[in-house]
Amino acid sequence: MIKLLTYTARRIFSLIPVLLGMTLIVFAIIHAIPGNPAQVILGQRATEQAIAEVTKQLGLDKPWYIQYFDYLNNLIHGDLGNSLRTRGPINEEIWPYLTATAELTIVAMFIAIVIGVNAGIISAWFSKSWFDYVAMVLALIGVSMPIFWLGLMEQWVFSIELNWLPTTGRENVRDPITAITNFYLIDTLLQGRMDHFITAVKHLVMPSAALATIPMAIIARMTRATMLEVMKSDYIRTARAKGLRMFWVVYKHSLKNAIIPVLTVIGLQTGLLLGGAILTETIFSWPGIGRYLYDAITFRDYPVIQSGILIIAAIFVLINLIVDLLYVLVDPRIKYSK
Amino acid sequence: MSKEPILQIKDLKVSFQSGKKFIPAVDGISFDLKNGEILGIVGESGSGKSVTSLATMGLIPSPPGKIENGEIFFEGKDLKNISEKEWRKIRGNQISMIFQEPMTSLNPLFTIGNQLLEAIRLHTDLTKAQSIVRSIELLKLVGIPRAEGILKEHPHQLSGGMRQRVMIAMAMACNPKVLIADEPTTALDVTIQAQILALMKDLNKKTNTSIILITHDLGVVAEICERVIVMYSGQIVEQGDVRKILKDPQHPYTKGLLKSVPDLRGKKDRLYSIPGTVPSPGTTLKGCRFAARCAEVFGKCREESPELFKTEKDGHEVRCFLHTLNERSDKHVGVTS
Repeated sequence: MIKLLTYTARRIFSLIPVLLGMTLIVFAIIHAIPGNPAQVILGQRATEQAIAEVTKQLGLDKPWYIQYFDYLNNLIHGDLGNSLRTRGPINEEIWPYLTATAELTIVAMFIAIVIGVNAGIISAWFSKSWFDYVAMVLALIGVSMPIFWLGLMEQWVFSIELNWLPTTGRENVRDPITAITNFYLIDTLLQGRMDHFITAVKHLVMPSAALATIPMAIIARMTRATMLEVMKSDYIRTARAKGLRMFWVVYKHSLKNAIIPVLTVIGLQTGLLLGGAILTETIFSWPGIGRYLYDAITFRDYPVIQSGILIIAAIFVLINLIVDLLYVLVDPRIKYSK
Repeated sequence: MSKEPILQIKDLKVSFQSGKKFIPAVDGISFDLKNGEILGIVGESGSGKSVTSLATMGLIPSPPGKIENGEIFFEGKDLKNISEKEWRKIRGNQISMIFQEPMTSLNPLFTIGNQLLEAIRLHTDLTKAQSIVRSIELLKLVGIPRAEGILKEHPHQLSGGMRQRVMIAMAMACNPKVLIADEPTTALDVTIQAQILALMKDLNKKTNTSIILITHDLGVVAEICERVIVMYSGQIVEQGDVRKILKDPQHPYTKGLLKSVPDLRGKKDRLYSIPGTVPSPGTTLKGCRFAARCAEVFGKCREESPELFKTEKDGHEVRCFLHTLNERSDKHVGVTS
């Protein structure tokens, strides 16, 4: 346990150069904008005086390395700067969008993992059975189906034709949910508002299902492939020779060995979804980070774009770290080596 | 010691599907394993030794494998048509198995303790604490020092010999009546081989467990077996008492095998090897399967397939026309001429 903690600490420590590199790239983006950023910000018809003022306000008159250290200093203090569009501080503004995306991602990945992993396992267990064929054809469809089309079809069937689920949004606009953590599933339970909880769930169903399809299909195919490989191995034969139930042979002995490559895929997919699924969030008007960045891009809100990129990159790095730590927990052979 | 057969295999035929054809890997073999005996099964790679043992465990991978014919009796009970649930009560409990590859036969992600306890608790009502005591006892029985410590270790922390000992401990966990050892020493170095064999012989004496030892090493057979079966291309070509067969082999294949054992005393420049290779499974051969490689082949061998003939020696059987010529020349000379 102590070894694991020191390993974790060492890994976190080793992230510092990675994070620094990221800030440098993100910082460079602003400087890569052709011409004077102040000009870009203020538009074509800005006066000389206004441009000079904004240049000073942004600190652009200082040498680049001072600007970079100022930027770093602000970051360390949790200051991401202000949005050009709303003039509000980005670190406060971005939070509800981030949590909305996180909630959607967690639910979508939960669906994708539970169904994907199990479908993969059963397909491998009963390989070449009808279940295997059906599951793998569905997985192929899942990977190749355009998500916006699936989203629209969901809305058409479940909202318009059947009228079971709301088409868009996170909550009923006429009866808004009070945010505490901004994770509405948690907030509504904390407030003891079952009606709000059900509303939140209803709003989550379609976007999370749409978002889950691709990761689910990838996870299912990956699990099946690694399970088939593992189930041929000698220790699985040993487990069977002990007289162990096939269920335990599969879910204990095989799965633990097969899950390692699947964890990588899960990590990458989670990172992708947390980065904001712009298509899904747009179709379902989900107020997530993808939408937020999309709006920022159309408005050329550079500080927001910069912060968004930084946060998404940081999330990726963090998820990779978590996946690496999970490897160590699963496989004793890679423990504590670098 | 009663010499009743504990395991009887009758006319077993196992085939594997390849494309649309079923190719026999084991083709009509029959033998008995007596209570408390150590039986050796010898043969080259591909002769059907491992398939026979997997069939006895009910572990023929299906598909592509299929038991096409034959019966397996364990303590008089036919195992062919029992359910998977009944199989699970036999596997690891009454009949257990040790495999060829100690390096890969233990699950790398679970501790030795976890895997050993699993085997014990599956078939007994022992509590966790009692099972731990039993595991330590078993590990000591197979000669593992610091047994308590090893329970918490993972397979990659042990050497091949240690892992094979753990495998044996696991197989012995529930005092099985039959232990099938599929080339248990092949992957180990010679000194460890000798230790493992001595251990198996010792277990056989102490617990009266019957052992089927599958090997391609006649030296191993000579060391611990009482009876031996020689297999070739899915068939039994010779079986009988070890000492008799080693001293006076009847089948040209057995003779060849014996000649290809290195002799420490003799000075040979080159070790004898039987010319050719085992026919690949599925090739339909006319006549005796060994005819193409046999040093003593004659006309009839290429025409007819020999039966397993009983010789006058007690329990000794051989699948060769030569023998019929020698023993019953009056009857068969007419046929061949």
